[in-house]
This record gives sequence, C-alpha cells and structure tokens, in this order.
Amino acid sequence: MMGNLLEQMGVDRDRIHFSWISSAEATKFVDVVKEISDKVRALGPNKKFVKDYIK
Amino acid sequence: MDTCIEKIRAIGADLLAEGTVEKVIGFANGSIPMATRPVALTSEKDMDKLVFNSVCGLNLANYVSKNSLSKKEGKIAVVAKGCDARNLVTHIVENQISRDQIYIIGVPCTGMVDKRKIAALFEDEITGFEEDNDTLTVSSPSKTETVKKSDVLRHNCRVCTHRNPPVYDVMAGEPVEEQTLDQPYEDVDQIAAMDPDARWAYFEKLTENCIRCYACRNACPLCYCPTCFVDESGPQWVGKGQNETDVTTFHFLRAFHCAGRCTDCGACVEACPMGINVRDFTRKLNKDALELFGWEAGLDLDKRPPLDVYSPNDPNDFIK
Repeated sequence: MMGNLLEQMGVDRDRIHFSWISSAEATKFVDVVKEISDKVRALGPNKKFVKDYIK
Repeated sequence: MDTCIEKIRAIGADLLAEGTVEKVIGFANGSIPMATRPVALTSEKDMDKLVFNSVCGLNLANYVSKNSLSKKEGKIAVVAKGCDARNLVTHIVENQISRDQIYIIGVPCTGMVDKRKIAALFEDEITGFEEDNDTLTVSSPSKTETVKKSDVLRHNCRVCTHRNPPVYDVMAGEPVEEQTLDQPYEDVDQIAAMDPDARWAYFEKLTENCIRCYACRNACPLCYCPTCFVDESGPQWVGKGQNETDVTTFHFLRAFHCAGRCTDCGACVEACPMGINVRDFTRKLNKDALELFGWEAGLDLDKRPPLDVYSPNDPNDFIK
C-alpha cells in the first residue's frame, strides 16, 4: 500500500523495492541490490522528495 | 435531519439523569453561522445546547481518545454519525477505549455540506444559515440564497456508503437509505490515469499552500499518538518549515499512518484552513485497502485491521 501511494503521488515504481532477505542469503542480497541499481540507474537522478540545498 | 435533535437531547438527558453516563459529547452551535463546535455536557439542563444539522463536519470520535478517557472517568455518551461510529469502532479495535466505556447515540446522517462551496456563492460574510430538510437558506448582508443540500454536499459525503452507524447503543432516528455507487473511487482513478510527472505536479500543487498547522492531524480521530512524528525533535524525522519536500513528506506520512484505518469522515478537509483536499492521499489508501484486502475500516468490532494481521492470502507480489 505504501508503494502504491508513492506511485500515486508520482514516484516511479522502479525506485521502490521491497524484499525479504535472510542474513544467510548473501547471493540473494547481491542480486536484489544489482537489480535495484540497474533499474534506478536507468531512470537517472531522482528529482522528487529531494531537498535542493544549493542556494 | 432536524427531527433527530429532539430525540438526541431526550436520550442525552435520560442518560445523564439515570447516571448511565458521566457526560455527553455532541455538537453545539459555534460562534458564527454555519459552524458547530464539539461540546461535552455533564448536566441534563444543558441538553438544549446540543444541535445536529448539516454543518457538524468534525468527527466526535476524536474527543474520546485514551488521553481524555482515564479509568477514573465514567461512561461517555457520544453523538455519532456513520463515520463517527466507525471511528469509535476503530478506537475499540485499536484498544484506545473499551466498548463498555462508551455509549453510542447513533444518528442516521444524510451528509454534511461543503462550507467552502457555500461561501463561494457570496462575496461578503455569511450572517445567517437556516436548514429545512433538503433546503438551505443562507444569507449575508447583501443577499439571501436558497440552495439544495444535495448540491453542496462534501465530496466524502457524496461518496459515503455508510451513513448509518454500524455499531450503536441507541439510534436517534430511522436509518436512512444507504447509497450505492458505480464508481466510488473515480477521483483516485482520475489521478492514477495521469503520467508520473503529472501526478507529482498534481500533489505538489495540492499542498503548495500548506502552512503546516497540523489541523488535519488534530481533527483526525486516528491521530492519537502522544508525540506525533512531526513534533519529535530527537530524532527529527521531518523538517518543520514550508520546504516543499518537507510538506510532501508530512502529507505522505500522515496519510500512510491512516492506511487501513481511515473512514473517510472528512474531518481533515473540514479543518484545513487553506482548503487543501488532503483526502486525495487517504482515498488512495482506502481504495487499496478495499481492493487488496476487502477492508473498510470501522465496520466490525471483531475483525482485526489488514495491516495488523498476517494472512497467507495477503498480496505479496511486490516482495522480491
């Protein structure tokens, strides 16, 4: 529901990931992080929910 | 709806006279026309202060929280529309109060009016407001307008499907007919149909006037945390200014804290001094709760809310 609300608010779905990884599942962790990085890299820098500190 | 008030007053007076309850929480006239305020009455002599009309837009369940209902206090009677009663049920389900601490005076409701819609008909200040069934007569120094109540209903009342309290001790009137809607979440679907950037722009525009007064939170019966995340200073979860990221974060999190709990009573929108339709956030959650879990909050004392229990049938395709 949280992901859906963020999506409704205009955040790209590919930036929101949920996963359940046990401490014994190192390879799964690597796979998930890789997948997330690839998807987010494809989207480019996020402009939403980011504070602009450059004054 | 005006006919209910005599019955409400009579019930309230009886309850206080018998000593069944210690106080009666209801609506009284406000200091300006077209406004009501919540009151807690302890004497049956004060019963004529109670009113019930189409401008009782706040949610009285908000005034029966754990903080106001210590063990020492006796039973409290609450005048409850459909949504107020649903929020009382939510309070009971969330262990904020026990069922035997409250006495629910159920009121069948035909909806509350959108005061901003009425105010928009006038250029000057409204000085008079009369109600006769479906006809509202509103006057200002310059003119008098007669409007049909059904034309100026609040949006949440127009899409309300629980006008009668689902749980009550006594009803102050005959139940009214419930509405059936073809597209209950049309507003949510309209936003969902936009592309992501347009949706982001929509919500940014929606909250651009937010002054962070937290009236929406304070009016909400669900927001009973002793310290709200926005007030916390260590750690400070969210900035306190009007930076748009902070404002969006506040609205997103406030709404999400209501996930699976919101009854769409509209008190948040009613309380907002800037006229922001903060329901645009919570409505999406209500729609998902209904579609994913078949859940509408506050209907059943014996069912646990969907985000509170685990079920093997829970939708989980989003978890990798």
